[in-house]
Amino acid sequence: MYWEKDIETIPREKLEALQLARLKESVAKASSSVFYGDLFRKIGLDPNDITTLEDVRKIPFTTKDDLRDHWPYGFLAVPKDDLVRMHSSSGTTGRATVIFHTLNDINEWTNIVARSMYMTGMRRSDVFQNIMTYGLFTGGLGFHYGAEKVGALIIPAGSGNSKRQIQLMQDFGTTAIHIIPSYALHLSSVFEEMGVDPKSDTQLAIAFLGAEPHSEKTREKIEQFYGLKAYNSYGLSEMDGPGVAFECPYQNGMHVWEDNFILEVVDPDTLEPVADGDGGELVMTTLLREGMPILRYRTKDLTRIIPGPCECGRTHRRIERIKGRTDDMLILKGVNIFPIQIEKKLMDIPGVGTNFLIVLEREGFNDLMIVKVEVQKEFFSGDLKQLEGLRRRIVEDLKSDILITPKVELVEPGTLPKSEGKAVRVIDNREE
Amino acid sequence: MIAYQLSIFAEDKPGRLAKVTGILKKGKINLRAITISTSDTFGVINVLVDDPEGARSILEEAGLTVSMKEVIAVVIEDRPGGLDRLVQLLLENGINVGNAYGFVLESRKKAVFVVDVGDQLEKTQRVLKEASLETLDAKALSAIEPFHYMNY
Ligand SMILES: [Zn+2]
Repeated sequence: MYWEKDIETIPREKLEALQLARLKESVAKASSSVFYGDLFRKIGLDPNDITTLEDVRKIPFTTKDDLRDHWPYGFLAVPKDDLVRMHSSSGTTGRATVIFHTLNDINEWTNIVARSMYMTGMRRSDVFQNIMTYGLFTGGLGFHYGAEKVGALIIPAGSGNSKRQIQLMQDFGTTAIHIIPSYALHLSSVFEEMGVDPKSDTQLAIAFLGAEPHSEKTREKIEQFYGLKAYNSYGLSEMDGPGVAFECPYQNGMHVWEDNFILEVVDPDTLEPVADGDGGELVMTTLLREGMPILRYRTKDLTRIIPGPCECGRTHRRIERIKGRTDDMLILKGVNIFPIQIEKKLMDIPGVGTNFLIVLEREGFNDLMIVKVEVQKEFFSGDLKQLEGLRRRIVEDLKSDILITPKVELVEPGTLPKSEGKAVRVIDNREE
Repeated sequence: MIAYQLSIFAEDKPGRLAKVTGILKKGKINLRAITISTSDTFGVINVLVDDPEGARSILEEAGLTVSMKEVIAVVIEDRPGGLDRLVQLLLENGINVGNAYGFVLESRKKAVFVVDVGDQLEKTQRVLKEASLETLDAKALSAIEPFHYMNY
């Protein structure tokens, strides 16, 4: 059941000793980059000052802005000739960030993806359909190489073309898929349209859900419709990509591969470490990266560490499902709201379809929240009163959770926007 | 006899009705009757057509959300009191009408009143039969056209 038993079940003290040794190396490597070289000189930090794991706090945080300001090569710690690949994050705001990898970097990344997939039960006998965009985005290639290392047969389907995806699953007996959760929900309606039941007409057993925060309810919906086990995963291109953290068969939090990364959770306002088990912003440090080491990176993702050991025997600590991003947080009439909260509520309401969109408007001095919700095709019976009832229920349920009365508009299934296959959740029209 | 009504979910934005009629025209589907009910930002377009199955499939192909419902198309006399007779009959028998609309078949002679009675379908049919009121099914509805023209 373990890909690398020794490292996955390593006792905590040994793991921490390994982390410290690797941290020292990583800091030393980083100091040869323009960015960290200058930074360490400025604050007078010598890599030899790192003598305990807590000393990681002597290093200032690195932010996405730092990566942007030193675009493209300011973080390189090796000569350009040693690089074999670049990836780039989809820059929704400002310039995209670029991450460079050496061959060793790619191999280490591939290994943790393979470790993650193996942990969920994927083996060489599996047929793995990778329903993710290949290219600059790390989701496609990251999983591809991981699955190849496990030895599964890969169908590099890429994203989109729903009918062909289903055809491929049937023709080649796909057993495992990697898919964006909102797309998995969308695909379920295409299954129904085609009269194909994934439970009886396919051999699907495992789904890797990634690239989008989602609620427990969404996972349940996907598991029930497809008749499989769906595993949550976490990753970001600055820390390789997918495979940073992954659920084990107990599906209770995602193990962060601490032999590869140092994980911290800090208060996003004070930037002080939070007490064990408390929520905050995830901060990560690469331990094995050669091409572009990144230290204490503020991920902007909000989560908490789940205290205590996991039943699976792995000693690497778990983080909870991502609760939102610090920059996703909406402030409306002084209330903090995360889109994932809205999703959680909506997915509990029968009749709600697969997608929703939050639009914020300013009306005079008032902020207005409009929630557009797709109606489930099967729910529609032609009865206006039933739709009106659904609309009222959504208003009431959301109001009880976010304490703001939203304006709810029901829209036709499949009409809300998507970008790169990911659902667009928020449009803020309040800026002047 | 049972007739079939198609209901189409439509957001209240320009062009939705035109989209529906455009698709039906392209599919050479004849409209018998159409009603629109709206609520704030969304609504439902109900259509009675000569080929409900065919219409449903081309509307769905075009990405619309469609639901097909059984309704009763009652032939009534097109004269004062014609509709009243039917409505009183339904009331006497405790039949609730959720949605209803009518159209003229032959001016001053015959009209059709379409009623959506929800789960009281069988009972309504029985009551109408006992009162000797004629009902039309999809086939009969599609055959209306020639009579219609003959009056002109
Ligand atoms: Zn575990």
